[in-house]
Amino acid sequence: MTTTSPAPVLSMTGVSKRFGAVQALKDIEFHVSTGEVVALVGDNGAGKSTLVKAIAGVYTTDSGEVTFDGAPVTITSPSQAQSLGIATVFQDLALCDNLDVVGNLFLGNELKRSGALDEVTMEQESWRLLRELSAKIPSVRIPVASLSGGQRQTVAIARSLLGEPKVVMLDEPTAALGVAQTAEVLNLVERLRERGLGVILISHNMSDVMAVADRVSVMRLGRNNGDFRVADTNTNEIIAAITGATTNAVTARAARRTPHEEQS
Amino acid sequence: MTASQTPPSTDPTASVEAPADLQDERLIASQGLGGWAAATWDRIRSGDLGSLPVVIGLVIIWAVFYALNPAFISSRNLVNLTLQMVPIGVLAIGVVLVLLLGEIDLSIGSMSGLSGAVLAVLFVSHGVSAWLAVLAALATGAVAGLVYGLLFNRFGVPSFVITLAGLLILLGLQLRVLGTDGTVNIPFESSLVQFASQQFLPAWLAYLLAVAVPALYLLARVRTNQRRSAAGLSAPTFAAVAVRAVLLALGLALAVYVLGRDRGLSYMVLLFLVLVVVMDLVIRRTTWGRSVLAIGGNVEAARRAGINVKRVYLTVFTLCSTFAALGGILAASRLASANQSSGGADTNLNAIAAAVIGGTSLFGGRGSAYSALLGIFVIYSISNGLALLSVSADIRYVVTGAVLLLAVVVDSLSRRSRAAHGRA
Repeated sequence: MTTTSPAPVLSMTGVSKRFGAVQALKDIEFHVSTGEVVALVGDNGAGKSTLVKAIAGVYTTDSGEVTFDGAPVTITSPSQAQSLGIATVFQDLALCDNLDVVGNLFLGNELKRSGALDEVTMEQESWRLLRELSAKIPSVRIPVASLSGGQRQTVAIARSLLGEPKVVMLDEPTAALGVAQTAEVLNLVERLRERGLGVILISHNMSDVMAVADRVSVMRLGRNNGDFRVADTNTNEIIAAITGATTNAVTARAARRTPHEEQS
Repeated sequence: MTASQTPPSTDPTASVEAPADLQDERLIASQGLGGWAAATWDRIRSGDLGSLPVVIGLVIIWAVFYALNPAFISSRNLVNLTLQMVPIGVLAIGVVLVLLLGEIDLSIGSMSGLSGAVLAVLFVSHGVSAWLAVLAALATGAVAGLVYGLLFNRFGVPSFVITLAGLLILLGLQLRVLGTDGTVNIPFESSLVQFASQQFLPAWLAYLLAVAVPALYLLARVRTNQRRSAAGLSAPTFAAVAVRAVLLALGLALAVYVLGRDRGLSYMVLLFLVLVVVMDLVIRRTTWGRSVLAIGGNVEAARRAGINVKRVYLTVFTLCSTFAALGGILAASRLASANQSSGGADTNLNAIAAAVIGGTSLFGGRGSAYSALLGIFVIYSISNGLALLSVSADIRYVVTGAVLLLAVVVDSLSRRSRAAHGRA
C-alpha cells in the first residue's frame, strides 16, 4: 500500500460557497497528495459536485484557502484550473462521436506540421498514451461512437492526461458501466496513481471506492463528515458517515483523529 | 477473404514486428489491395456509404438519359453541363460548410442575386474595373455572413430564422441596387463574361493537369506512408496507393478527352474544381476544419476542449455567404446579365439539395466538400437531360424534388445503420 505522502499537491481549508440562501459548502477541508486516490463520497446534495466544480474552476468559492503544489492559488476559471494542472473528466465525457479516437484525444490541442494537422505524430502519441494506460482500444482510427462505455471513459481519461496534469478528477467514471468495463476503469485509476498523479474519484459505488481508493472523504449536507483511510475502515462505517448515522460530535471527532494518531 | 489476424501477443511491447496500430488481437487487419477492397465493402455494408449512393445514382441517371437521347453524352452537351453547374456548385460548397456545423443558410440564393447585382451595377453603370467590382461583390457576401454569425453568436437565434430573414432583406437590397430598370446587361466582350463562358484550357494544359494531380496525390501518399512506417504505424502498400493514383489519372484523362472533343475544360470549371479540392483539404487537414467537424458532432464537447466555438460559427457563416457571392458573380458573368430574378426561383434549394444529395448530412458533423461537386453534377444532369428531352419545368421540379427526397432518406437510413453498426 502507499504510504502517506509528505505534502499534498492540492489542499483546501475552510472553503465555503453559498448559492443565495443555500449553504452549499461550509468550512470544507480537502486535500489530495501525489500518488494518492481520494474518493469523494456523499449523498445527493451533499456538495460533492459543488466542491468538484470549485476545484475545476467552474464555480469560485466565497471563502477559504486553496494551495496547489505548495503555493496559495485562487482558481477562477476552468482554463486556469487546467493550466495549473487540474484535469477534470466530467460524467458526460464530452466526446465527439463523429471524430475518431485520435481526433478526440487531441481536440483543441491538435499537433501541426507546416500548417496542416500532423496525423502521423498524433496517432503515434495516441498509441503511446493508450499503451501506457494499458488501454484496450482496438483501433484509434474508428469513430468514438463505435467504442464501448468503458473504452469511451478510457478515451476521456487519456485526453485529460495530455496536458500533463498533477491532479485528475473523475466524476462517476463507473456509472452505467458493466462489470468488466468497471474493472478496466478501476485498473486505469490505479495506473494514474502509479504515474504519481493525485486522483479525486467521485462515486456512489462503495465497492469501487473500497477497491481503488487510499482515502475516503465523506461529505454530508455541505460539510466534511469524516475522512477515512480505506485500510482502516469498512463499508459500514463509511455508509454510516454518508447517511448521517455518525453525525454527532464524538464519532465525527474520533473519525477525524484516527489518521493523525497513526502518523505520530 | 484476405483479412488476416495478427497473432495475439501477451506483451504488446514485445512484438516489435507488428505496427503500433495493428497490435490489438481483436483487430481484423486488412493487408494489401484485397484487404482494402474487403474493408471498403465492410464499411458500405454497415451504412458508411460515403459517396457510393450518389455515384450509383449518377450512373443510372446518365444511362436513362443516354437511352432516351444519345445526344446527352455528346461532348458538346457535357461541356454545357459543366458550365451550367458551376455557379450553383460554388453556392453548394458554402452550404456544405454550414451543414457540417449542423446549421443552415437559406439566403444563399438572394445573396448570389445581390452580389450579381452589385457586380453588374458597379461594372456597367459606374464603370468600375472588373477586379474592383468582383471584390466589392465578394465583400458584400462577407459582410452579410459576418452579420449572420454575430447575430447567431449574440442572440442564439436558430440560423434557420436568421437566414430566412436575411433571404428577404438581401432580396430587397438586390431590387434596390438594380434600380428601376431591373436588368443590367454586362457587355459580352468584357473579361467577366469571357472568363465565365469563352475561356477554355488548351488541351496540353488539361492533360498535364490530369497527370500532375494524380502524381501529386501519389507523392503525398508515399511520403505520408514513409512517415507512418518510420513512426511504427501501419501503412498501405505502394501498390494500393499506386492503383488509386492510376485510376484517378485514367478518370481525369477520360474526362479531359471527352470534353476536349468539343471546347474543352473551362477556366471557370477549373476554378470550381480547385475550390472543392482546397476546401476538402481545409476541412480534413487543418485545425479549423477539425473544429468545424467537432462542433457539428458535439458543440459542448468542442467548447470544453477549448475550441473558440463562436469564432468558428462566425467564420463559417462568413465563408458560406462569400461563396454564395462568388456563385452570384459567376452566374451573372455566365449569363452576361443581372436582373431581378437572379438567384431567385430554385437557386437556393438546388444548392442545398446538391450538398445533401452529394452526401453531406443535415444533422451535422458528416460530409465533405466533394459532395458539392457530386450533388451539383446529379442535379444538373437531371435538369440538362430533361431539357434535352424538351420536358417542361413542372416535370423537372418534380424529378429534382424526388431525387432530393431519396437522398435525404438514404442519409437517414445510413445514419440509423451506422448507429446499429457502431459507426458515428
